[in-house]
Amino acid sequence: MDQLALDVAHLLAGGLVLASFMLLYQDRMTGLINTFALHALVVSFSVAWQAYIQQAPHLYITAAIALIVKALVIPLALHRIIVRLDIHRTIEPVVGIGQTMLAGIGLVALSVMVMLPITAQAGTLAREDLAFALSVILLGLLMMISRRNAVSQVIGFMSIENGLILAATGAKGMPLVVEISVAFSILIALIVIGIFLFRIRERFETVDIHVLHEHRGEQP
Amino acid sequence: MSEPAGFVVAAVLAIPALSAALLALLPDDRTSARLNAVASFLTFLCAVALLAERPSPGPFLIVDDLNVAFIVLSTFVGFTTSVFSASYIAHELEIGRLTHAYLRFYHAMYQVLMFGMNLALLSNNVGLMWVAVELATLTTVLMVGIYRTPAALEAAWKYFLLGSVGIALALFGTILVYLAARAVVGEGLDAMAWSVLVERAADFDPALLNLSFVFLLLGYGTKVGLVPLHAWLPDAHAEGPTPISAVLSGLLLNVALFAVLRFKIVMSANPGALAPGPLMVALGLLSVLFASFMLYRRQDIKRMFAYSSIEHMGIVTFAFGMGGALANFAGLLHMTLHSLTKSAIFYCVGHIAQVKGTQRMADIRGLTVSHPVLGWGLVLGVVAIAGIPPMGIFMTEFLIVTSTFARQPVLAVLLGLSLLVALGALLARLNGLAFGDPHGSREPAKASFVPVAIHFALVLAAGIWLPSTFVAWFQHVAALLR
Repeated sequence: MDQLALDVAHLLAGGLVLASFMLLYQDRMTGLINTFALHALVVSFSVAWQAYIQQAPHLYITAAIALIVKALVIPLALHRIIVRLDIHRTIEPVVGIGQTMLAGIGLVALSVMVMLPITAQAGTLAREDLAFALSVILLGLLMMISRRNAVSQVIGFMSIENGLILAATGAKGMPLVVEISVAFSILIALIVIGIFLFRIRERFETVDIHVLHEHRGEQP
Repeated sequence: MSEPAGFVVAAVLAIPALSAALLALLPDDRTSARLNAVASFLTFLCAVALLAERPSPGPFLIVDDLNVAFIVLSTFVGFTTSVFSASYIAHELEIGRLTHAYLRFYHAMYQVLMFGMNLALLSNNVGLMWVAVELATLTTVLMVGIYRTPAALEAAWKYFLLGSVGIALALFGTILVYLAARAVVGEGLDAMAWSVLVERAADFDPALLNLSFVFLLLGYGTKVGLVPLHAWLPDAHAEGPTPISAVLSGLLLNVALFAVLRFKIVMSANPGALAPGPLMVALGLLSVLFASFMLYRRQDIKRMFAYSSIEHMGIVTFAFGMGGALANFAGLLHMTLHSLTKSAIFYCVGHIAQVKGTQRMADIRGLTVSHPVLGWGLVLGVVAIAGIPPMGIFMTEFLIVTSTFARQPVLAVLLGLSLLVALGALLARLNGLAFGDPHGSREPAKASFVPVAIHFALVLAAGIWLPSTFVAWFQHVAALLR
């Protein structure tokens, strides 16, 4: 495989990690959704590039799903939802942005240190891709625990999913990647419909133990 | 696949899939509840037929000694739950907690869930297994939230998020397994076929396998409800319809554990890889300890039995983690008996909650006086689940603790102690629930007692006398697990 192809693949995968960091410091709902659209756009380019260099045309389907569903339809739907549910103001993070970013840097270092030594046999392409993918997954998890708002938790989950798609396409010749990305899209569509139908604004947000216990039927 | 047996495998998947479509279209509730039960019964019959003859493994589906045990159990409990569900749902409709439209959705989802679980159990391809587990998770999420009360929605949302994260981690683990296999087997479907993975696992890169198992254990472990990944489980059990609690506890947790076991077998086939046992022992023991203490402060009856499920899945995971012929045998039997007992308990609890109109244990008293059959059914169930002889769970817990004593006395003491703690909690609660002056409604319950009776009879029979063919079969499966 020529060097340029590898470099572009790494550039796109690295761009995805960068987009994950951008998600971490968004403090407005609209900004968050737009950044997620960017995240999905980068992953779709990355998958398309993999399809091209691996000569695996079925991956173009995965790229197209990422582009249409996650970069266009979901962000548009989320924009509508936040207006309807009146949550388009600022997001309250559980921990400060600074600490979150520091934790994120730590997670990226961790995933590079974990993945690079043990994937030595897996080939140069898969090697860095997996390290980047694990970073994106861990950053997504970090985002899910550092936000209270249901919409930002869902966006965190979708960024995890983008990381998984990156890992799956990086693993050359993996069967069922398209099927898995379709299954994921259904999952995500259901989550978004769920938010809208059930008008979930903020779950687990209350610090009032009394209310929490009442919800759980645990009140003595 | 050979002709007749291949047809039977297809039927185990096709019957739930087709009846799901049919149930989604049919408007009438009475017929649909019956159709649900009939379809589940047919699936069970096909699963039993797999015991006699099984097809050779294909690229996507496989029937082996391990999964056939799970499938028969799963379809059997699926069938009895559908019978219970028919009477439970009729009452929910009467009091207006569910509307006709939701009921149609409920029945269709029930069969989709059965389809997802059967597919997960039958799949030979680790990617397909992942998709099937995801499908099963999604359907249960939808059903947990079906009452649409704030508490039910919160439970469904929490289950959704935690389940999705677990599933995402499991997918990453699956990708790593594929990478490990690709270096040896080559690209394509073979590198994801479980039968090929086990055969060639000895040559896989151990470091890659180790990392993948950590992700798989955490991912599927979330679905098993292992502490500290259990947070979704009590809410999902307490807030959904009771038949779903029964299916969750009795079946879906097993399916997730089955996925972990599949990968454990691959791990132990590789001499260089980390031993998966200690990880499972640690998570299992932590779950047992945590859940048995958590049993004490419960106020909600379904929530209490949900914690008891965490405890028992912990025991089973512990047993499989210890490994060896005896512990594996006991673990397998314990899992089977727990499924039967816990689902029967939920059948009783479902009717009790309907008659009394509450799930709060403080408002339920003297059941043996006001509702003798339900009350004594609950007593029998709690006696069985707490591990009191002569019920079968006593025997399996005894086997697990004694076989551990021979190898790791400290762990055995910890396990035995937490079993006693759980026993105390359950009996203390049972005393209030079943005996004393009756409290609340005394109306007779319109319940179906047949499923409860069958389950308890089986559990009792297992405690007194196990047929030798059955023992030989389970020992054979236990040997597969290493």
